[in-house]
Amino acid sequence: MTLDLSLLPDGGVPWLAASGEHADIVLSSRIRLARNVAGYAFTARARDGERLRILAQVREALPRVPSLARSVVLRLDELTPTERALLHERHLVSKELAGLEGAAETKSGAAVLVSEDAGVMVNEEDHLRLQVFRSGFDVGGAFQAASRLDRELGGEVPYAFHPEFGFLTSCPTNTGTGMRASVLIHLPGLVLTREIGKVLQGLQQMGLTYRGLYGEGSEVIGNFFQISNQTTLGRTEEELAEHLSRVVKRVIEQEEEARRVLLRDAGYIIEDKLWRAYGTLRHARSLPSDEAMNLLSGVRLAVGLQLMVGLSVYTLNKLLIFSQSAHLSLEAGRSLTESEANLARARHVRQVLANEAGPAG
Amino acid sequence: MLCDQCRERDAVLNLTQIQNNAVTQVHLCEKCAAERGIETTVSAPKHPLGDFLQAVQQQALQLPGDAARCAYCGTSLRDFRASGRLGCPHCYGAFEQSLRDLLRRVHGSAKHVGRRYDVPDPESLERGATLSELRTRLQQAIQGEEFEAAAALRDQIRTLE
Repeated sequence: MTLDLSLLPDGGVPWLAASGEHADIVLSSRIRLARNVAGYAFTARARDGERLRILAQVREALPRVPSLARSVVLRLDELTPTERALLHERHLVSKELAGLEGAAETKSGAAVLVSEDAGVMVNEEDHLRLQVFRSGFDVGGAFQAASRLDRELGGEVPYAFHPEFGFLTSCPTNTGTGMRASVLIHLPGLVLTREIGKVLQGLQQMGLTYRGLYGEGSEVIGNFFQISNQTTLGRTEEELAEHLSRVVKRVIEQEEEARRVLLRDAGYIIEDKLWRAYGTLRHARSLPSDEAMNLLSGVRLAVGLQLMVGLSVYTLNKLLIFSQSAHLSLEAGRSLTESEANLARARHVRQVLANEAGPAG
Repeated sequence: MLCDQCRERDAVLNLTQIQNNAVTQVHLCEKCAAERGIETTVSAPKHPLGDFLQAVQQQALQLPGDAARCAYCGTSLRDFRASGRLGCPHCYGAFEQSLRDLLRRVHGSAKHVGRRYDVPDPESLERGATLSELRTRLQQAIQGEEFEAAAALRDQIRTLE
């Protein structure tokens, strides 16, 4: 099987549209629910045949799950490593499910279901990882859609549930609601004003945690942070989602305040720095991934500050995801070395920016 | 990626440091991380439960139940300590007391207060599956212009609904 991206509704990434609230600061809001099918061992202990049966059971139920009725099913065990990495770059599958961690391989029955705004990873650490993304800051909207999907799917596939402990998961850090609510947020103002440390410490005191662009185990680059709830038990799903929303709202205000301070106290220095970032992206011939992320962060800040007009956040979102290595390799039709990817990345970014009307200086 | 300190071995650890309100990233190999007093097993993403598991371990060492196994999947408390993962839903019953303590330490509570869930009854699951099957066959019959068969299938679907 080869990966036909045109089959994926909106490429599986409709949240890139930058249509939600505060979309220049919050890229996406996401709800993830961990569920296991009753009657089987958890994925790591399940035999090949059991994992395949779980996948068959979910596929069979699809026509009766309206949220997934038009979904595409991708078998990861039938895709090439580059194709799996591309799905990971689009946040559709975890590194673990894509078999990209160390010497890990894809397990038989590893799959992902993708519909317009909901997806399900099958045979990840838990049998089912339901996930819903929304563009911009819309934790409530993502939560409602995820709850609907959960009720529909749970009515067709029996979940493992315990009256005292709630939804049972392979790792006790997910037990209870099995819910991880998160936002992917861009905080260059707080980083540049050196307020970020205080903010991140504050998050931890409030029961939230932060990670990099690609979640657990990924590093923070380009000033992109993923903020999520730390605990999943002892509070209702609504409380967890509302608490995250409330705290993130405060972080957005702090970021906006930091940006005002930057403009007021260091206006021309910032302006110069951000235009230089644009200049490099527009003309560089070789762009390493980390550098591209950092430059895109600068240009994103400039657009947010309205120092650059004529460049859309949507374009910047697409560049962030589509200029990553697996996307470039798939476009080239072969696996690229790091230096080849750097050349391809610079070419891709130049072309996209040249096609935009271009910001007026 | 190479280790930022020795520039010889592969970095296995991304260390995010917050000093004077600035965030810095340091990439270290296992050896240099150990020299800095950082235990890689605790920081590695595979072990988010490091401290808690150690606590369980110490507790379990004093308990004869260390080798206790889940009757359903065969996972022992020792296996759980090593991997941080339970084997199956029945492990929650088999290691109930240890887990209750662990959950309280991880989450501040061991009691689920969120959404209640009732497993759908087998009859309705089966009816749903049969309906899907009949609908698929109905589509095939219509496409194959087998109208008599299609009418019979439609009646069956109506009865089930």
